[in-house]
Amino acid sequence: MIEAENLTRRYGRTVAVDALSFDVRPGGVTGFLGPNGSGKSTTMRLILGLDQPDGGRVRIGGRRYRELRWPLREVGAMLEAKAFHPGRSARSHLAALAAGNAIPRTRVDEVLDLVGLTSAAGRRAGKFSLGMGQRLGVAAALLGDPAVLLLDEPVNGLDPEGVRWIRNLLTSLAAEGRTVFVSSHLISEMAVTAERLVVIGRGRLLANTTVAELSAGAASLEAAFFRLTGDSVEYAAKETTS
Amino acid sequence: MTSIAAARMEWIKLRSLRSTWWTLAVTVAGTVGIGLAVGLNSKNATADLTNNALAGVVPGLLLTGVLGVLTMTGEYSSGTIRATLAVVPRRGVVLAAKAAVFGAVTLIVGEAAAFTAFFAASTTVRHGITAPTPGDPGVLRAIVLSGAAFCLIGLLGLGLGAIVRHSAAAVGVLVAGVYVVVQVIGFFAHSAAAYMPILILENSLSTTRPVTCGESCPDFLSAWAGLGMLSLYAVIALVAGGWLLARRNA
Ligand SMILES: Nc1ncnc2c1ncn2[C@@H]1O[C@H](COP(=O)(O)OP(=O)(O)O)[C@@H](O)[C@H]1O
Ligand SMILES: [Mg+2]
Repeated sequence: MIEAENLTRRYGRTVAVDALSFDVRPGGVTGFLGPNGSGKSTTMRLILGLDQPDGGRVRIGGRRYRELRWPLREVGAMLEAKAFHPGRSARSHLAALAAGNAIPRTRVDEVLDLVGLTSAAGRRAGKFSLGMGQRLGVAAALLGDPAVLLLDEPVNGLDPEGVRWIRNLLTSLAAEGRTVFVSSHLISEMAVTAERLVVIGRGRLLANTTVAELSAGAASLEAAFFRLTGDSVEYAAKETTS
Repeated sequence: MTSIAAARMEWIKLRSLRSTWWTLAVTVAGTVGIGLAVGLNSKNATADLTNNALAGVVPGLLLTGVLGVLTMTGEYSSGTIRATLAVVPRRGVVLAAKAAVFGAVTLIVGEAAAFTAFFAASTTVRHGITAPTPGDPGVLRAIVLSGAAFCLIGLLGLGLGAIVRHSAAAVGVLVAGVYVVVQVIGFFAHSAAAYMPILILENSLSTTRPVTCGESCPDFLSAWAGLGMLSLYAVIALVAGGWLLARRNA
């Protein structure tokens, strides 16, 4: 599982992540919920060691990401931004990543099949649609058959078919006993897929709860979310008062 | 072994871009073509014919240098760097693996270009001149070291790519460092000119005998000292690039 302790990251005067502590318990889908700019992507990058914290620490199964010998076999991640070269085919991209963690080559065709990219696997990934790019990102995350999966806003920009595909994928991954940590700024999305929720606003922890608990005290889950995050979204507050 | 796996990953990445093969093919063709053209026009039997045959190495180098830059900066512009670092979080290992793979490929291609240019030019010399052979003094050394220069300038480019991270800016720094600065240095600090990559290439590596041209020339380095200098430049760029890669956010 994932444990963040007092995690802090500043960019100049912006505090992107502010003394954030939370645990993601093993098994099931944990939603990572917060308005745009609340620090979700930064937290994901900190977990993967792509970015260094100014304070605090984050551990995966008790270890730092960079201490994992074959990281893809333990943690699979799909970040918000694209992470493949437009001139390389999906198959070559995955083959390179697999080789880097001594994952058998046969696994590349397995994950291509799993995400439905087999027929497009030889084409240059630069020609892919957003949805196909997203599928390639998921394939890369699943390459090492990891017990822990991190997905940053996986439904962003997808058409309804793509959204449905991601939802089913998350549910089936969790059903296989994996730990899935998935971020979104849409409470409605989390309501469908997640059982537990880590809610943040302006880099701070607002709630570490379950979907059931959060919606219990409010008219709707949506209302509960806005009550929780209302203070931490300046522009949203301005919009509602104007 | 994690570092061998990292090298395998870099090899697949390098070979799976069509631009890699195009660039390397043009490097060889350009080096050989220019060597042939200059070689065909050699009319002076006392000239260093080996040096003439290797005249295409200096322009050819630019391509492996740029390929080195793009091998690194392409990861940043595409976002592949995040996937790469997720696979191999130890960043020093990533750059070392890239340098080993890219260095090996450009060494092989560079030697192929230098040897082909030499033999192509020497089989076509005209005007009753006797063609040099690899057995003549200094000839084999000139060919081998010129071939190695493709690799060293390529690695310099790779290191610069890791330092600068943006393709156009890094290519600019490479071209300025290798081709432009020499003009300025030669003008203001005459004796330092001998240490400029391009002059090392033209006057130390690709020659069979020491170049002297009196007052107007600096004291050029010997072939091996020249090779050492080029290696040092590549190492400095790679070490600085690796240091920055380890410290900056991806
Ligand atoms: N590399 C960066 N440089 C400067 N500011 C950044 C950087 N990354 C994120 N930020 C800032 O940190 C805050 C949190 O951003 P982010 O983690 O992307 O939020 P989210 O993913 O929740 O939308 C924002 O104010 C954003 O502008
Ligand atoms: Mg984000």
